[in-house]
Order: sequence, then C-alpha cells, then structure tokens
Amino acid sequence: MKPVSEITVNVDELLSVNKYEVDEESAHIELVDEPSDEEFRKLVLLCPAALYKVDEEGNKTFDYAGCLECGTCRIACEGTIVKKWENPQPTMGVEYRFG
Amino acid sequence: MSEADFDVIVVGAGCAGSVAAYVAASAGKSVLLVERGNYAGAKNMTGGRIYSHSLKEVFPNFEEEAPIERKVTHERIALLDSESMMTVDFTSPELAREGADSYTVLRGPFDQWLAEKAEEAGAEAIYGIAVEELIKDESGRVVGVRAGEDEITGQVVILCEGTNSLLAERCLGNPRPKPNQMAVGIKETFELPASVIEDRFLVPEGEGAAMLFVGDCTKGHVGGGFLYANKESISLGLVATISTTAAQDTPVYQMMEDFKKHPAVAPVIKGAKMVEHSGHMVPEGGYQMIPRYIFDGCLLAGETAGFCMNLGYQVRGMDFAVASGRMAAEAACAAIDAGDTSAAGLGSYKTKLESSFVIQDLKMFQAWPSTMEHWDRMFTEYPTMVREIFNGLFCVDGKPQQHLAKRVMPIVKKRGLFSLFKEIRRAVKAL
Repeated sequence: MKPVSEITVNVDELLSVNKYEVDEESAHIELVDEPSDEEFRKLVLLCPAALYKVDEEGNKTFDYAGCLECGTCRIACEGTIVKKWENPQPTMGVEYRFG
Repeated sequence: MSEADFDVIVVGAGCAGSVAAYVAASAGKSVLLVERGNYAGAKNMTGGRIYSHSLKEVFPNFEEEAPIERKVTHERIALLDSESMMTVDFTSPELAREGADSYTVLRGPFDQWLAEKAEEAGAEAIYGIAVEELIKDESGRVVGVRAGEDEITGQVVILCEGTNSLLAERCLGNPRPKPNQMAVGIKETFELPASVIEDRFLVPEGEGAAMLFVGDCTKGHVGGGFLYANKESISLGLVATISTTAAQDTPVYQMMEDFKKHPAVAPVIKGAKMVEHSGHMVPEGGYQMIPRYIFDGCLLAGETAGFCMNLGYQVRGMDFAVASGRMAAEAACAAIDAGDTSAAGLGSYKTKLESSFVIQDLKMFQAWPSTMEHWDRMFTEYPTMVREIFNGLFCVDGKPQQHLAKRVMPIVKKRGLFSLFKEIRRAVKAL
C-alpha cells in the first residue's frame, strides 16, 4: 500500500472525551474478508475517527467501536470493501453532547 | 377517515424533522416523531451557524427561548498557506439586522429544544428507536415505518434522516451520492470562559464570530476550515471532499491536527479543554445532486433531499432544513385534508420549494460546486501568492524598495496573468 503522511496524533485519545454506548454484541459496519490495499487506503485517509489503520507490518485493522456514524466510509467504499453499513442499534453508538 | 395510526410520521428529529413535526402538530394533525438517538441531536453535528430567517418564520421569538450560542456580528475569511494567513475581517450592524441575523449553535442542546417545541405542539416523540424500513403497500406507496418489530402506519411519512440517507437509498431507490458530491467534516469543540472567547475573537460581550479558511487546512485539496465562537466554547474543524481526500496522502484527522497547530490557529485554542471530537458528512453537490423528494405517501426534507449549499464564503444547511421541513409539513397537511396523499396530491411541496430560496438559491449557484472542485490553485497557489504579495507590502528590511506595482506584478505573473484572470472570471460567474 502506498504510504500515507506521518501521523503525529493519537485519535483514540481524542475519542476518549466522547460519550459512547458501544454495542459489544454486533458490528454495525463490516468489511469484506480481504479488503484491497487501494480501497482500504481511502478509508485510512477519510475516517475522522481513525478506525481504519495499517500497522508497521502492513496489517490492516478496523474497529467500529469509536465510530462517529458519519457514513463517509459508506459513500467511499460501499460495494467495494464495505460489505455492511447500518446505523448502530438504537440507543447505541456515539452520543453527541455538543454536536 | 383514514385508518392509519398517525396522520404524519416524521423520521429524524433534526432541524427539518422537528420543524415538520411542529408545523403538522400545530395544524391539528396527529404526528409521530421518531429519532434513533437517545435524545434529539444525539447523532447530529454542525459547524456551525444557522441563518435565522427561516427559523423566525416558524418561531418568531426563538431568540428568547432557543439555546442559541452567539449572534454572529463578525465574518472572517482566511487564506492559509503552511505558515501564513491573510484574513478578511468584516463587521457591520447589517449582519445583526433582524431577519438577516445568524447564530452559532451546538446541535445537542439546539435540537432538543426544537423537538420539545414539536412535543409541546402535540407531536408524540419517541427517542432511541430507529426506523429500519419504510413500509409500502402493493402499489409501492409508502404507508408507514417499521422500527424493530413494530409497524406504524401514517398517511404521510416525512423523511428527515440526514445526510447519510440509508432509507431514501434503500427503500425509495434514490441514488447514493457520489464521493465528489459529499465531504467529510471533522470538528472539535473546545471549552473556554466567555470573556476569553470575546478577547480572542475580538468581539463585544455576547456577540460572536464566524471564520472560514481555505488552503493549507486541507493540504491544498478541495475543502476548507471553519471556526465558530459559541457562548463558552469554540467549534473548530474542517470539511474535505471525499473523492479528493481519498486520493491524496494525509488522513483527515492529521489535517485537523496540523490545522490546530497552525501558527495562526493555535493561539485561539491555547489552553482550551477539548470536550468533543465529532464527524459528519456534508452534501456539497448543490442543485445537481438533489434527488427525487416527492413519493406516493412520502416527502424528503433537509439534507436527505440534498438541501445544503457551500459557496466557500457562505455555508448553509440548517436554514434550508427548517424551511423544507415546514413546507413538507404544510404540503402533507394540505394533501391529507384533500384526501389525496399520492405524489400528485403532495405536489404543492415542489411548488413551495421552487418559489422559495430553497430551490432558487441552489439553482442559482448550481455551477459553483464543479467550479470549486476543479479550481485546484485556489487551495494551493492562491494562499501562497497572497503570502508573497503581503510580504511585499509589509516586510521592511532597510533595502531600497521598488514601487508597489513592481513588487507585486512578478508575484502575480509567476502564476500566469491570463490563467488567473480566466479562473477568477469563471468563479465570479458561478458565484
């Protein structure tokens, strides 16, 4: 995968100030089994919560838990590597106090 | 009499949905307002600022009761390169004139107030329930909604599910917006005391400022930054077109991080506590991306109908949502009274939209989204050129100086006088 610019920010820390009710039972977003480098890179660049990551060995990871429910990954990749995109179950997910 | 459970079912308690519910309930209709968040606004995010004109038509005294943040009396537009910033800073009493005034808002508190107004008017609101499907009869007409195991019927369903319009796509067959028609928005909210905000934004007590940035905040790609002064917080963020962001090298959260550290931005949020990191999509395609918004038994309002406009110096969405929510409810009420809620019976919605600013403004500026999308140099060369020009103006180092024209012309010529002229003419035409 073509590398992205240096990342100097820990988004997980930023997300820790948010209020979430994480649905441990079911993932509201699912990817295909072997997402292509090209499509996955788009989501690395686009997701405002940095949920799509590539580690130093080049392994791809995705965690729906910090999702901001914006739908950007759906617009970019539904039908390619985003297999399922639903809103989280009612009362679950992010809860904006400011918005 | 209809056998439906409700006259009107409204999906989504945002600006469009709550206003639609309020207007329909005020007209004596039985209204159900369904919101998937635990409260109205729980899933919503704005930059943001609302232009008040359309809200005022529905709630003439909203300033006294709505949880608005600050009246915007200062407008700023900034051209940003990696280290420089040139700002246009404008203030006038006309910005605050009743009817032309605008307010910074936070959607958490603001949407709760709007939904309460709908409830006070008699609408029944349920929160923490998601509509998973629009129910249709054998003819394809929308007759209600399914939420979990429950099926609820309504004579008219007003769909205001926001910019990520799953139901409009999956149940009504509207096209999924293309990546070049949508932008990803990222925002952080910072807490600061009111007096510190007023000092940093150079505004009188209680007044507010709105600021838009173009250039380095999106690493030279289509998009821009925003900064709004709220009562006791600051909203700072950026918006970047999905197609172009997906094809460059910097993740949007890293753009945000670098934006926060820009020498002209960092002092504004210095020492402030970041209290929320949010994300949301913004429809940017304008008139060309408006989908079908009238169906048998169903109307679309707000961002679900693509009603959103970004002119670079003016960003509007919530005033479109409020107006379209009101018009959808009025059209629904008229159709119910006339006993015809087919698409034809609901047709007055189109007439209302087309005779108002909603469609007229979107239509007027329909060439702008594509002009902006292809104006690469606006986001790269222009901020740097402006930096060089203003350095020419303000840097005094004791060396004998040339006439101003001689200092400036080479800077402009370097970018090609003719192509600059062509680009600006094209933009002026689209604006």
